[in-house]
Amino acid sequence: MTVILGLAAVLLVTAAALALWRMVAGPTPLDRIISSDVVVAVVIAVVGLYSVVAGNATGLPILLVLSLVGFTGAVGVARLIASAEGVRKLFDRRQAMRKDEE
Amino acid sequence: MTLELVADYAGALLILAGAAFCLAAAVGLVRFPGPLTRMHAATKPSVFGLLLILTGVSLSLRDPKVITLLTLAVLFQVMTAPVSGHLVSRTAHRTGQYDRETVEIDELARDLED
Repeated sequence: MTVILGLAAVLLVTAAALALWRMVAGPTPLDRIISSDVVVAVVIAVVGLYSVVAGNATGLPILLVLSLVGFTGAVGVARLIASAEGVRKLFDRRQAMRKDEE
Repeated sequence: MTLELVADYAGALLILAGAAFCLAAAVGLVRFPGPLTRMHAATKPSVFGLLLILTGVSLSLRDPKVITLLTLAVLFQVMTAPVSGHLVSRTAHRTGQYDRETVEIDELARDLED
């Protein structure tokens, strides 16, 4: 039992380390927000693992909250990048129109 | 007694499987080339891995309150994961962060032109 749960803990720590590496290295903001989603999934798994090892259910409400609000970060960043791109395209188009007038 | 032991071991094995899913997602995150392919790897543990791990926790703790809480957690995750997946992939497509050489069918680009 301890061996199985310990192996699960090792796998989860490795997963979190790899996801954090991608968050640091990831070239675009989208890569970073995707890896932060994976880190949230790993945190949920670790809280579940902890409550099994400790044998109590005190950490489980954290899990409920994380599963409910975990997606807001990705949605916010995705909207931010999309609107920034839209504004940039609009700017380029306006500038092209201004050059045409001159 | 024996049944409880079996449930404990089954729960621990399910948690191990969920942890393996998380590790597979992280490896995919490191190895795959663009945001869309990375998202393909990353969204697996957030639903199926979570389902495995929370089933394991329910089998280990065996408390009706815990099972209710974890069912709610899975339900919320299933409801919210498609929202973020849709928005992130839409942004990746609109900002052109995908490999156009290997795309065979690009229906969104075709629809956006209309």
